[in-house]
Amino acid sequence: MTVRLQEAAFDAGAELNAFTAAQSNAGAVVSFSGIVRNSARGDLVAMEIEHYPAMTGSAIEAMIETARGRFALGDALVIHRHGRLAPAEPIMMVATASRHRADAFAAAEFLMDYLKSRAPFWKKEVTASGAQWVAPRDADEKALTRW
Amino acid sequence: MIDVVYFAWVRERIGLPRESVETSAATVADLVAELRAREDRYDMAFTDLSALRVAVDQELTDFDAPLAGVREVAFFPPMTGG
Repeated sequence: MTVRLQEAAFDAGAELNAFTAAQSNAGAVVSFSGIVRNSARGDLVAMEIEHYPAMTGSAIEAMIETARGRFALGDALVIHRHGRLAPAEPIMMVATASRHRADAFAAAEFLMDYLKSRAPFWKKEVTASGAQWVAPRDADEKALTRW
Repeated sequence: MIDVVYFAWVRERIGLPRESVETSAATVADLVAELRAREDRYDMAFTDLSALRVAVDQELTDFDAPLAGVREVAFFPPMTGG
């Protein structure tokens, strides 16, 4: 498993290719990448992402371990950025590898649901008219109940 | 001494990211009560505990968690990762 927390941008395609090439016992790779969405008005200047450095890495590793206990998960990659990001920049990606696709899909969704609501990140939208912390969505919290 | 750390709007409302607190609070809730009694900015930050989450020694927990032997308590709003 690989967990990377970084300020720098990353190339999701290159990361996915490298992750795929490193698998020797998998038949399926699933990936998700999140990008900075513009505001409803289209006036987003930046997305500022704060995190809890002493906790973030271990919390994500624990999520991956939990996913391993639930699915036949061979390998997993999580990259998550912090700091100041511009609209349309990549924020994060998850890739999972397993023998068969069902486990790779399920593990990727499981990790995404937990990253949304249980990894210590906080997003702040900076627009021309001011800055505002992003409120959690009820749907994100509810999504955890399906696991 | 316990290190208390704040993130996102909790940090902004209290006005600092981290502080060392001399306390004999038995639980997180007791620590919150001590902090709220200090100054308005703490009182305001902790008004609605349902809007807050807490981690003790970097593990998510509840406000009734005990503080014996704990080194770090973190307060923050619900997380918005991904």
